[in-house]
Amino acid sequence: MAEELLEARDVSVDFRIKGTYQTALAGVNLTIDRGQVLALVGESGSGKSTFAMSIMGLHNPELTKVTGSIQLNGEELIGLTEEQYDQYRGNSVGMIFQDPLSSLNPLMRIGEQIAEAITVHNGKAQSVSEHVLNLLTEVGIPDSDRVAKQYPHELSGGMRQRVMIAMALANEPDLIIADEPTTALDAVIQSQILDLIKKIQQKKGAGVLLITHNLDVVAEIADEVAVMYAGQIVEKAPVERLFNNPKHPYTRSLLRADPENVQAGGELYAIPGTVPSLSEMDHHKDLFLQRVPWLDQKLVDADVADTLTEIEPDHYVRGTAWQDFAFPDEQEIEGQS
Amino acid sequence: MAKTILRRILIMLPQLILVSLLIFMLAQLMPGDPFYGNLNPNSDPATIERMRHAAGLDLPWYEQYIRWVEHIFQGDFGTSYTVNRGWSVTRVIGSRIWPTLSMGVIAVILTYLLAISQALLAARHENKWIDRALVVWNTLTSAVPSFVFYFVMMVLFVYLLPLFPSSGTGIEDGQSFIVNFFNNLRYAFLPALTIALFSTNSIFQYLRSNLLDQQAQDYVRTARAKGVSMKLVFRKHILRNAFLPIASGIGYSITGVLGGAIFAETIFGYPGIGALFVQALTGRDYTIITALMLLQGTLSLLGGLLSDIISAWVDPRIRVK
Amino acid sequence: MTELVKITNLKNYYPVKGGFFNKKTDDIKAVDDVSLTIEAGQTYGLVGESGSGKTTIGKMLVGLENPTSGQILFDNQDVTTIKQKKAIHYNKDVQMVFQDSQSSLNPRKTIGTIIAEPLQNFGVPAAIGSEGHNQERSFDQEKIEQRVLELLEVVGLPAKTVEQYPFQFSGGQRQRIVVARALATNPRLIVADEPVSALDLSVQAQVLNFMKKIQRDYGISFLFISHDLGVVKYMTDNIAIMHHGRFVEMGTNQDIFDHPQHIYTKRLLSAIPSQKVEDRQSKREERLAVAAEFDRDHDLYYEPDSLRAYDLSPISETHFVSIRKDHN
Repeated sequence: MAEELLEARDVSVDFRIKGTYQTALAGVNLTIDRGQVLALVGESGSGKSTFAMSIMGLHNPELTKVTGSIQLNGEELIGLTEEQYDQYRGNSVGMIFQDPLSSLNPLMRIGEQIAEAITVHNGKAQSVSEHVLNLLTEVGIPDSDRVAKQYPHELSGGMRQRVMIAMALANEPDLIIADEPTTALDAVIQSQILDLIKKIQQKKGAGVLLITHNLDVVAEIADEVAVMYAGQIVEKAPVERLFNNPKHPYTRSLLRADPENVQAGGELYAIPGTVPSLSEMDHHKDLFLQRVPWLDQKLVDADVADTLTEIEPDHYVRGTAWQDFAFPDEQEIEGQS
Repeated sequence: MAKTILRRILIMLPQLILVSLLIFMLAQLMPGDPFYGNLNPNSDPATIERMRHAAGLDLPWYEQYIRWVEHIFQGDFGTSYTVNRGWSVTRVIGSRIWPTLSMGVIAVILTYLLAISQALLAARHENKWIDRALVVWNTLTSAVPSFVFYFVMMVLFVYLLPLFPSSGTGIEDGQSFIVNFFNNLRYAFLPALTIALFSTNSIFQYLRSNLLDQQAQDYVRTARAKGVSMKLVFRKHILRNAFLPIASGIGYSITGVLGGAIFAETIFGYPGIGALFVQALTGRDYTIITALMLLQGTLSLLGGLLSDIISAWVDPRIRVK
Repeated sequence: MTELVKITNLKNYYPVKGGFFNKKTDDIKAVDDVSLTIEAGQTYGLVGESGSGKTTIGKMLVGLENPTSGQILFDNQDVTTIKQKKAIHYNKDVQMVFQDSQSSLNPRKTIGTIIAEPLQNFGVPAAIGSEGHNQERSFDQEKIEQRVLELLEVVGLPAKTVEQYPFQFSGGQRQRIVVARALATNPRLIVADEPVSALDLSVQAQVLNFMKKIQRDYGISFLFISHDLGVVKYMTDNIAIMHHGRFVEMGTNQDIFDHPQHIYTKRLLSAIPSQKVEDRQSKREERLAVAAEFDRDHDLYYEPDSLRAYDLSPISETHFVSIRKDHN
């Protein structure tokens, strides 16, 4: 039995917008085991980064209300004071951000920035600079001596992302959160960075929460996938099952929108409409169904249970609409047979 | 780095020539000359003509310009016609430059101290009453003409609350430098403080919005995610990034003091370069005016150079290898 | 097939300055001796990592930058320089679509004004579609307004869009507005520089479908610049792979994806993650093998001690590879 690392129960996040609170994340349940890569997939506005920021406790407390429970190694995180949070940010959880250029301080040498991650938790020690060089070597930077003295703008995008990873690893965290870690990178560099994350994760036995909108990246390194739409998880499954046997209409639509899954000359599936704005989100419904034009309005308006249904071992889906869901071209084929 | 500075200085030379030409032409365009007005109305026109001839004022402008430049290269800026009649221009300016310099340096230091502390206070308490009060105050000082404030300060601290002397510089001939320096501080402080109080607004506004912008930057989030407390993030990351564009402005603001000195020195009866400029203008003292404008032009160019050097020094992204 | 654009030996060098007098000491070869023919109604993909020079080619092609040397022919007219392009109102025929629709739309102008801009400059062609490109053009304001509405209909946006401002639209909608503007003058070639890389998958699908449709319906040629091989594979008939300012391989979609020859192409292809999760391990091994081959056989594909690829040589009628001459 895998050892449970992170357990999120019924996590909701409300943002205060013009005096009223609006729900951006509605009752998310997730667990990450040690040594597991869990991918959180969804489009912009789906709430996946909001979830990551809740684990890190980095929401602006004056504008945000986080409820529910997030336990890391059995310790509750929600409700910690800033000082308590500082203890474990960067220590038991390391985070890698999307754009490594803007995410690094432009005026600070690479070495100093990594050293800061170490000293802030361990105090200043002589071994720090040695530790920094080791970290740089570990993330595949050969001339670590030179790079440590450089500034972010002097490095390539791929190198900068390696630096970000080194920083996140500084205190051997149990959990690594990677928020779109390869979105800004070219294909070859992307595959190198993904390999690196995987290698380090396996070596350290850490858990990884990978946040991405890129299905290819998910297929490449995830063990388990949770698909998010409008602040809720709509489907969760081991990675092979999700790609080979997707159930929820949203997951299926996304896969059809990806050029990779279209036969030559075929048309991509363009999901009609747009993600509803926060004020329009009624989380008692399966909100994606609004964007399936051929569906019966009664089904669209129907209330849906808050919890996911386990339809086969480890495969969870929200609502029941998936049972009769078919794309128009599939319906024709069914009609003929 | 040294190479870049040297190259920049070489580039300044043609700029200087252009500036000097411009200044000379402007001086030529000024109505009248020093001999009108200051002489006995009954003087023989032939005498005036002789004097003008002796001063070279009857030559074509380009010959006058060449003579002027030749003399400048020999350190000779001519003789004052009216302000200190018969004194060399270098001597006149020399006697006036120290008060302005000391007042200017104090003013720049105070300006930055005031602007930075106000901006830090405002940014840390964004949208609280103290922030709003500072924003209103700085809007006020930028909207009302500075000389109005100068009078108010004069009335407050010289007449109603006589903390500071009403005129003079405290510098006496024959006294040692140290004595003069400390005596002068008492005289220089009020005009310097006044200049500073009312020139903080642009730096304040800029720095305040910079500080707020920087807080929302991605690298701040990264530092927070490392476990660095907000206080430390502010000190180690945000401050330096927010100060960056301000630092490069220091070069310019030092030269800006000369301009600011014109009002302040006249109102506070502080006989420095600013007051000299006003005297020279009313007395049509060509040689002084052109020398002062040349001084200001040169300082502006040097200020620009200084600003570039400071930016290159503090910002690794524009540092030249 | 008719030849629309012919690029020959195109170069774009940036001087590297140094020394006391800031003299030119070296060149950065952003684009280094590249030739390409674009035929009417065909789609082309230009693939490479960031900094490979692909965007620079696009910019020289639409007239945002002058080449250092080489030639661009359009309809057999010399349009190498920006000046030559201006002289024949070249941009009514060749338009560019950028990645970032946010910054390529003026936030203070209404969508109507934005789409009308090229029409104010070049006039309204008689009919939508490339048949209209040689016809009389009209500058009548009423015709311009009518044309703007037509274009909005083509890109699937309601007529009221005319009065609205860019910020009122989502990323996908803005990208369609940009395409509408590009289509306004009936161009014969659209250069699209990473047009979908900032978009979510579902929105990307909308924009790609739509671009494909207008391409087919109006027979417009497309040069699709992208680092995303999946998108290029879906969108284009012909592909050129670029590395360090040089073409390393050029061929049809099938040539490149089914019979890649150059080691860099192979490396790019091996880097595309597979959605067949069960192939994950074998893909990773293949990737490592190609990376090893890249290091081992460097001299076969690049001039000794440099990253400059050899000149292209044909291996079939459509397929060209840069490889050392003695290689067989």
